[in-house]
Amino acid sequence: MSSSVAHAHGAHHAPTGFIRKYVFSVDHKVIGIQYYFLGLFSVFVGMTLSVLMRFHMVNPNLAVPFFAKIWPTAAAGGVITPELYLSLMTMHGTIMVFFVLTTVPQSGFGNYFLPIQIGAEDMAFPVLNMMSFWTTFIALVVMVAAFFVEGGAPLSGWTGYPPLSGAGAVTGPGEGMGQNLWILSIAIFCGASLMGAINFIATTVDLRCKGMTLMRMPLTCWTWLVTAILGLLGFAVLLSAGVLLLLDRTVGTSFFLPGGLMISDHIITGHKGGSPLLWQHLFWFFGHPEVYIAILPGMGVTSQLLSTFSRKPIFGYKAMVYAILSIGFLGFLVWGHHMFMSGMNPYSAMAFATLTMCIGVPSAIKTFNWIGTLWNGKIHFDTAMMFALGFVSLFVTGGVSGIFLGQPALDLFFHDTYFVVGHFHMIMGVAAIFGMFAGTFYWFPKTTGKMMNETLGKLHFFLTFIGVYCIFTPMHYVGLAGNPRRYSAFTDVEYLGKLIPVHNFMSYAAYITVAAQFIFVINLFWSIKKGKPAPVNPWHATTLEWTIPSPPPFDNFAGVHPVVNHGPYEYSVPGAETDFIMQTDPPSGVHSVV
Amino acid sequence: MDMAESFTHDIGVNRRASFTGLWVLLAASTMVFAAFSSAFVVRRGLSDDWTAMHWPPILFVNTVVLLASSVVLDQSRRALRTGNRSGFNLWWTIATALGILFLSGQAFAWYQLKEAGVFVSSNPSSSFFYVLTAAHAFHLMGGVVALVYVDVQALRLRLGPAKRTAIDVTAIFWHFLDGIWLYLMILFYVWG
Repeated sequence: MSSSVAHAHGAHHAPTGFIRKYVFSVDHKVIGIQYYFLGLFSVFVGMTLSVLMRFHMVNPNLAVPFFAKIWPTAAAGGVITPELYLSLMTMHGTIMVFFVLTTVPQSGFGNYFLPIQIGAEDMAFPVLNMMSFWTTFIALVVMVAAFFVEGGAPLSGWTGYPPLSGAGAVTGPGEGMGQNLWILSIAIFCGASLMGAINFIATTVDLRCKGMTLMRMPLTCWTWLVTAILGLLGFAVLLSAGVLLLLDRTVGTSFFLPGGLMISDHIITGHKGGSPLLWQHLFWFFGHPEVYIAILPGMGVTSQLLSTFSRKPIFGYKAMVYAILSIGFLGFLVWGHHMFMSGMNPYSAMAFATLTMCIGVPSAIKTFNWIGTLWNGKIHFDTAMMFALGFVSLFVTGGVSGIFLGQPALDLFFHDTYFVVGHFHMIMGVAAIFGMFAGTFYWFPKTTGKMMNETLGKLHFFLTFIGVYCIFTPMHYVGLAGNPRRYSAFTDVEYLGKLIPVHNFMSYAAYITVAAQFIFVINLFWSIKKGKPAPVNPWHATTLEWTIPSPPPFDNFAGVHPVVNHGPYEYSVPGAETDFIMQTDPPSGVHSVV
Repeated sequence: MDMAESFTHDIGVNRRASFTGLWVLLAASTMVFAAFSSAFVVRRGLSDDWTAMHWPPILFVNTVVLLASSVVLDQSRRALRTGNRSGFNLWWTIATALGILFLSGQAFAWYQLKEAGVFVSSNPSSSFFYVLTAAHAFHLMGGVVALVYVDVQALRLRLGPAKRTAIDVTAIFWHFLDGIWLYLMILFYVWG
């Protein structure tokens, strides 16, 4: 490990061959882009699955010949079976959570910009970094392979709850080889994340350039650091749990499987004494921090952008840092709030509920600081900024419903309804995705040397912003009305009949919103080819990546050791010549006027 | 991994980052064993089907071998600090051999269990025994690879200052695995 530390300005030569340069590259920038495109591919797979689900929900009996062609057994006659619906749901959740939300904000943007923002020429362990990406890639291949094995993809949801996930092929299609591949893929992904976390932490701790004290780091770097720590501790536990589940399935141990089970008219033999709740504890010990793994980098990007595009320092930098740290810490103490339904001791539930509400405090600190940053600012409404503002909006909307769900008594009602689906899509799904869009529009000029198209960007923003509210707000409403989640169809259920028009509305909103994402893809690829040339610092931002050419040279700073003299958010400093002071600008008395 | 890339730059940064990476790795490994341990405790507490298994006595021999390897490893580093290269090579080689001996001993313990008809799925206690020893052995294999790497470098007289980091990182990782093994033995004998 010691072997591959990035070093030697001037001795770090760019590779020339295609394979070393673009495929098995050790350059953090190439690896970051590789992660980004892996995530872009995954998000389209995940979105396709969600469209199929929304379509099936409102047309449960409509025969589509095309479906019969893709799934001759699972959709015989063109009608998606409930089992197929569950496997679509499982793969949608898994691919989105692991290969999009975990991958792009941290491994994609973080890999590309962490070293540059702290003034390093690469990550601490470039070879490990490359291995981490290719391991993630293998995990994705194994996961997608689950679609193509006998029985298809698994049914047990992205949470993989036993007994369904542990009892084997008799419990349903997809629970044979498909579920094995799912567990294997997750285990491989855990390994990749651990490698990534080692790199992120060592890089942030040891490779900061001269003058880049911890409290001068951009908030993006803070969020990447805390996310890495969460990933490190969380994925290690998920890995252990995955190993135990795989043993239950393959060699007949009884970690999670109790005796006397009967699933789908099959008596499950050969197991006794195991506890499905044990899996839930291990899973959610990882699963809750995972929510913050998805959202923290988006918070970092949002902080960065709100400050830059309001031309004001971030409101309460230190409070932001402490809020990030306390969200990370508290994130490990609240896993029980996913298990209020498990029959846990009410005193435990109360403790978990109290701790859950405590997370509201740092979350509110962040939100108020964002509003404080915007207050009286000279706000520039570029597309990147629009997405950052959208992030704040979605974070508040999605976060407030979390307070409801954190109450054990309310959760008993909400837990298996669409209220939960609306909640986690708002905050974990869409808010994090908005963070990625914001990051893409903000950093695109740096990575490519071109500007993205603002008109297409705004169009995409408004369609997406309105679209996601149209999809997910009604989910809270149908959830309140008692609409259960995970059901493949409810058109035949009498008390849900009146909600069908709402479901139709959500499905149409979903089709339009998904279609709108092609505007983004077109913008992305068109701008790579034909975008307007970007200046070095188009946003007049202060952090280190805006001091170097676009795209950056192989070793980032072209052999120069950057020296940092300023904090990351010195905008509109009284008495300064421009309304921003670069972090590398020479020290002067100017900013001490305040 | 090729270390010879270049060291014209700051070896101090390299060394610090390597240690940070090591501590982070140890934290992750600790979490792996903590997760298994908590599953162990919960699974044992929940059920009435847990029967204490008969531990193969060779585990005690293995424990002594592993502890000895750690002691010898530090003997080796002490030799290096006093500039005694050949002493370093000798002790390090012995430590490596003891490490491999421990792994072989663990394999023999598994073999004995198998002969006695105790398999992974026989009982929750044996399930956890196999899982925990396998997880430990998996870590240890990584450690042995590092030990062999340093040994080969040492015997080929390629131990520059940069390799000192590899030596220290390997030694700390090895001691950590020692500690984990002692912890596992206590877990097995007190609760298994």
